[in-house]
Amino acid sequence: MARNITYREAIHEALAQEMERDETVIVMGEDNAGGAGAPGDDDAWGGVLGVTKGLYHKFPGRVLDTPISESAFIGAAIGAATAGMRPVAELMFVDFMGVCFDQIYNQAAKFRYMFGGKAVTPVVIRTMYGAGLRAAAQHSQSLYPLFTHIPGLKVVTPATPYDAKGLLIAAIRDNDPVMFFEHKALYDISGPVPEESYALPFGEASVVREGSDVTIVTLGRMVHTSLEAAGQLAAAGVECEVVDLRTTSPLDEDTVLESVEGTGRLVVVDEAHPRCSIATDISALVARKAFGSLRAPIEMVNAPHTPVPFSSALEDMYIPDAQRIANAAKTVTGWSR
Amino acid sequence: MTDTVERKALTKEHLLGVYRVMRTIREFEERVHAEFATGDIPGFVHLYAGEEASAVGVCSNLDERDTIASTHRGHGHCIAKGVDTGEMMAEIYGRRTGSCHGKGGSMHIADLSKGMLGANGIVGGGPPLICGTALAAKIKGTGGVSVAFFGDGASNQGTTLESMNLASVWNLPAIFVAENNGYAESTASTWSVSSDNIADRAAGFGMPGVIVDGFDFFAVHEAASEAIARARGGGGPTLLEMKFTRYFGHFEGDQQTYRAGEVEHARAELDCLKRFAARVTETGELAQADLDAVDAEIAVLIEGDVAAAKAAPLPTEADLLTDVYVRY
Repeated sequence: MARNITYREAIHEALAQEMERDETVIVMGEDNAGGAGAPGDDDAWGGVLGVTKGLYHKFPGRVLDTPISESAFIGAAIGAATAGMRPVAELMFVDFMGVCFDQIYNQAAKFRYMFGGKAVTPVVIRTMYGAGLRAAAQHSQSLYPLFTHIPGLKVVTPATPYDAKGLLIAAIRDNDPVMFFEHKALYDISGPVPEESYALPFGEASVVREGSDVTIVTLGRMVHTSLEAAGQLAAAGVECEVVDLRTTSPLDEDTVLESVEGTGRLVVVDEAHPRCSIATDISALVARKAFGSLRAPIEMVNAPHTPVPFSSALEDMYIPDAQRIANAAKTVTGWSR
Repeated sequence: MTDTVERKALTKEHLLGVYRVMRTIREFEERVHAEFATGDIPGFVHLYAGEEASAVGVCSNLDERDTIASTHRGHGHCIAKGVDTGEMMAEIYGRRTGSCHGKGGSMHIADLSKGMLGANGIVGGGPPLICGTALAAKIKGTGGVSVAFFGDGASNQGTTLESMNLASVWNLPAIFVAENNGYAESTASTWSVSSDNIADRAAGFGMPGVIVDGFDFFAVHEAASEAIARARGGGGPTLLEMKFTRYFGHFEGDQQTYRAGEVEHARAELDCLKRFAARVTETGELAQADLDAVDAEIAVLIEGDVAAAKAAPLPTEADLLTDVYVRY
């Protein structure tokens, strides 16, 4: 039965249900219990955002605090995955990939292929991303394109509590390494989520709003911003179809192409920097495979090619907003040969 | 270095077994060296000859519960952990019949069914991984231990240092084996390692650090035996530092202009196989004829491996796209 819970609670529930179902599922990360060796509560924090709060006592020995030592514990999660466990490691902010990326892209991502199909690495790396919390340049990036580029990794970017739960359960059950991107501005949003366990398949985009004039392909937090723009545009007589990719690897090409074939116009909305982004990737896909359907040049709405600024005045300009999306939609609908 | 280590009695069968593995590694590496020179072997190859006592001294204490992670210079670790030499040779030749179906090569030979988590092309790539396999063994209660072999170069990598800290903090059944062969590529470890010994760093991570004569099988076996027993019993990790030299260059083709005379001295005076043979024949535990028989047997084995590898099929275009994912 569905009830409204937050994105944070949905992620927690997915972890708890999978840990209940499968004793090889373990959770590790900085402050994931949050109290190791300290005189106070054993699980003082439950992760910096409280996502794992409560799991420590429910699953003794299976929620591990780690030193601030990402190379070691992300690597350990990967190693444990090769040895029969299903670890879910928390890389607190995706910005910290820089201190452990080797273990992810040179080790986990390559084991299966490089070892001739003889390895499985069922690890999930949960990580927080995105701008909007005035967290500045090293705690706000949207780095999912970097991981999407790597064969052997799967990349998941849930936009809603429902998707967060179902996609995380699928990620834990998946036998490949999965990067699970949680937008830090979404933890407190609520939505209907079934109480029972369910897995959502990877590589299936979701059409979150139907429309006939413009296709907006987007992901993560930008799904919500795009829906806001679509609402404004509908009032102005422009009907947008909003496609939430949900996973960038694997990528649901068919849903994107079918939508563009229906509307003839594409706006891609992506919080990442514009170069080598999901926006450029989707644009290239559509230009190659649906060129004949296009009635206007493709528009991209990205963050600018700058580090994420700290000042609220600047960060608000940095993050793509509904107005920019609406302007892009107006550009493609107003274009004529 | 002298043989000062008191050794536990090893059975004749055990002694013959470890000699066979050390001889297999030596024969394998000498042969790869010769074959590489003909131009038939593609890519980067880093040979383990000279260091056999380390891999075999450690791995002869391990069993099927245990996992090792290796380095660029991984052939010896693979053989010591029981990976098939025929599959290894085929892998080095890039053949479809190789350990990794030709997709890994010399730097990535792995066989997880044997607890061999891969040679590794990244300096310091292995230590975090074995923290994970050790954690899995601890949680599952298998009694298994995990061993990270790494070089003097990797002893300076953050991954290695972080992993030693994590292994201590989590009290893991993990063994860190620093194989100090004197050079990280061409750079001397006496220059690049800031402490006098790599083993000295163990103190900083709250674990025992032991310096071992890496040319002496018995010294390695003894030190590893103690460390592994401690780890199996819940006593946590140990850092072992093997001191020795490699007989070939960093990679095949390395002109080794950064050193002179060491290899000749080591081969003549310190060689692990010679020392092993001298000791076991002196004590009468094995006869020279026993060792000669093993040598002859291994020569035939490796000859067969090379012939089979050369004759084996290459991977096909259909193999290019397989095994990127389990399911995608």
